[in-house]
Amino acid sequence: MNKLELGKANLEVFSETLIELAKNDKDIVVVTSDSRGSGKLTPFGQQFPDQIVEVGIAEQNLVGIAAGLAASGKKVFAVSPACFLTARSFEQIKNDVCYSDHPVNLIGISAGVSYGALGSTHHSLHDLAALRAVNNLSIIVPADNFETRESIRLAAELPSPVYIRFGKRAIEHVHKPDDKLELGKANIIHEGGDVAFIATGETVVQSLMAAQQLEQKGVSCRVVSMHTIKPLDIETLAQTATKCKALITVEEHMVNGGLGEACAGYLMLTGICVPFKIVGIPDEYTVPGKQLDIFKHYGMTAEKLADAALQLIS
Amino acid sequence: MTTRDLKTKSIDYRKKLLKYIKHANAGHTGGSLSCVDILNVLYNHVLGVTPENFSGRDRNHYIQSKGHSVEALYVVLADVGFFPESDLETLCQYQSHYVGHPTRKVNGIEHNSGALGHALSYCVGVALAEKKDGRNNNVFTLLGDGELAEGSNWEALLTASHYKLDNLVAILDYNKLQITGWVKDVCATEPLDEKFTAFGASVRHVDGHDFEALTEVLNSVPFEKGKPNVIIAHTIKGKGVSFIENNYKWHHHVPTDAEFEQAIRELDQVVKNI
Repeated sequence: MNKLELGKANLEVFSETLIELAKNDKDIVVVTSDSRGSGKLTPFGQQFPDQIVEVGIAEQNLVGIAAGLAASGKKVFAVSPACFLTARSFEQIKNDVCYSDHPVNLIGISAGVSYGALGSTHHSLHDLAALRAVNNLSIIVPADNFETRESIRLAAELPSPVYIRFGKRAIEHVHKPDDKLELGKANIIHEGGDVAFIATGETVVQSLMAAQQLEQKGVSCRVVSMHTIKPLDIETLAQTATKCKALITVEEHMVNGGLGEACAGYLMLTGICVPFKIVGIPDEYTVPGKQLDIFKHYGMTAEKLADAALQLIS
Repeated sequence: MTTRDLKTKSIDYRKKLLKYIKHANAGHTGGSLSCVDILNVLYNHVLGVTPENFSGRDRNHYIQSKGHSVEALYVVLADVGFFPESDLETLCQYQSHYVGHPTRKVNGIEHNSGALGHALSYCVGVALAEKKDGRNNNVFTLLGDGELAEGSNWEALLTASHYKLDNLVAILDYNKLQITGWVKDVCATEPLDEKFTAFGASVRHVDGHDFEALTEVLNSVPFEKGKPNVIIAHTIKGKGVSFIENNYKWHHHVPTDAEFEQAIRELDQVVKNI
């Protein structure tokens, strides 16, 4: 079994990528809500003081101001913890960004249960469901450093609004250096036919490790990094559901309205029937603990995912 | 344009907005009548925004925060040439872009509004970009008084002061009524002067139906260097039609045939006396 190489935190790669972009583009503007520390944006602010706008702890204002800047030709990254950005400022996202069609890049940091033991005020387990229901918004959940860097580069040039969310702990690489990232085009990062994991964000690495464990037991797995939640890559989804004997979706999000239900809905509509399981955080008071404790509790770690796969195909 | 011209135009705008509200059987009558004089002065004497320069960035900006008074905005935009007035015959109809709140689908409108407490933050973003790019344009917005209960307005004002946005002009359509009744009875906002001043704004009062005073105050920004501008425009909800004035029930009441005819008669009488 290949041990996956540990990379940096996606958060760190995000801030490095922004610096790299801003060096050649004075229109890159970062807007923060007292979140430059948690967003690792202090070096950006020091290097490009004219390209950072601090609004204080006021997320509604953050998104409204970002919309005004974007309308004025700036390439805006509105950065705030995913929990606040997508709940407190939901109406600003819906109206001032998406409905008004101002191409703001909404960056949800420390997403999912990254804040772990800080409790559910700081978790974003609703964001994908809520934002999937908003027209004119792409949603990207990068799995590793590569997907983070590429999605930030892509967002800077995207003429429409996008939401990107990621975590804050160092994450293993799941991509090869010569891979490509395309909006709305999933990446198959491991090939196999017995069972498929369709995962997103930081659960991709868990799924890949589960696939490696399963291979030891003679079960071959496909692992799909469904980095774009919207628009969903239905082509890869349908092809995977047809090719593999069973399908498991994995997400760091509540099972209601996230990746799993998006996939299930599409498969149902197209009549593709395959043993199917949605793994995510259930609709209950989320168990207290660190991110990986919570993953383990809800069956989102490699070992538990491998068990789930065996059960599904047995 | 002389004050007499502006007065005549405002009567014409009032008649038209009543006509299209009646035709659509929908609209915000009281608030549109309340703010139409302000829009008249803005578009005909202050902004310099035209269909020719609208698509460019180097111009002044107007974003209507109290989006529900869109009928006043539509008739003014049609008059200054953004679209044919006949388009308004489709107001609030199936597949018409002339919906009950401003959208960018309509020529001359740069931001979608209608949910209250949103536009001031957006304007802060535009005003910031103007400063960053070294342009000298002003960003105007029109706030409703009931809207001030939305906390996001005050977040925006904090930032406007922090960044010394003296190119930002918030005009309050202070007609003192909202959908439920008097603002002071729903959720008191006074003393407004002190509140705006405490948030770092430079505040002026004006009679929101006095064309000369409006022209003077709107053309004298910034009031103080480095401070966002707030203009408290004292207005009358339903202004110009006796039975609509100061009556909260006309917030979005549509005139009957008889009411419409009487309103037009009253407005025609005013024109004769100009």
